[in-house]
Amino acid sequence: MISRFKLVFGALAILVPVIASNPAFAVNPDEMLSNPVLEERAREISKELRCLVCQNQSIDDSDAELARDLRVLVRERLVAGDDNEEVIDYIVARYGDYVLLNPPLKPETYILWASPAVLVVLALLAVFAFYRRKQREGSPASASLSKDEQERLDELLGTSNDDGKS
Amino acid sequence: MRFSIAVIPLVLFAALAGVFLLNIDKDASVVPSVLIDKPAPEFSLPPLPGRDKGLSRADLTKGEVSVLNVFASWCVPCRAEHPLIKRLSREADVPVYGLNYKEKDPEDGVKWLAELGDPYAAVGMDLSGRTGIDFGVYGVPETFIIDGTGQIRYKHVGPVTVEVLEKVLLPKIAELKG
Repeated sequence: MISRFKLVFGALAILVPVIASNPAFAVNPDEMLSNPVLEERAREISKELRCLVCQNQSIDDSDAELARDLRVLVRERLVAGDDNEEVIDYIVARYGDYVLLNPPLKPETYILWASPAVLVVLALLAVFAFYRRKQREGSPASASLSKDEQERLDELLGTSNDDGKS
Repeated sequence: MRFSIAVIPLVLFAALAGVFLLNIDKDASVVPSVLIDKPAPEFSLPPLPGRDKGLSRADLTKGEVSVLNVFASWCVPCRAEHPLIKRLSREADVPVYGLNYKEKDPEDGVKWLAELGDPYAAVGMDLSGRTGIDFGVYGVPETFIIDGTGQIRYKHVGPVTVEVLEKVLLPKIAELKG
């Protein structure tokens, strides 16, 4: 009985915070469009737009008043016949590139976009240089043994083999 | 060879420290406005209940510098900055217009101004918040300085403080008045 109680309690302890923090509840039913295709597009667009009040949430996730107003606006533009890009441009014209959670590729953002690739290349070069140097430094040690050394090694190995058999 | 590799972390650290130093004074919550040096959006707002005059873009294009202050009765920082908006309206010698942003009840703005005093040349009531969105408003209070041709020349986000009033807004207005 106790273990079952623990199990249920444990499951609740995990599930309750997950359910309670589920951001899907931010979009209220009264905001939704009756046309499921448009509503789907609205959701898609909303996920790309930053909520300016909370900054690290999309307007699709945010409960802020302004996020709600922007969600409604996005849907209005869609109903008016805008394509996805036009809706996003409409918002960007008012709030700037900052509302885009995905920064656009333009001269100001070249460094931002290029840095991951540059870092990977630098890392690969560093790894390559490391192994090259190791190989070069290691080469004298891996040179073949002198005749004396080889004889001594054979002798030692031979002895140990004999020991093992006896 | 060895020396140059040893220097790399040091150089990287110095570069990062430099970037941080350059940004240390920046308030990350302030979003740069894209509307600076662009014409104010087209709008026409109804007056507060019991008043005759609302606010529209035509008020901002009369050939004189003006200020547009976005406020709401539910906004606590607005209450804090209100005395300074009154001071601005007295000292700047330009019309200060009010954009009453998203009141739950249209009467709320009227009551608020009756209580705290009304420094505005005219007030437009933006119940839906749509004009606010057109102005790129994301947090009240916000204060715009608009030149005589209706171009937005400056925007302050958040409550106006004595320092902002004296060091930024008044000089900016004086400069635009020329």
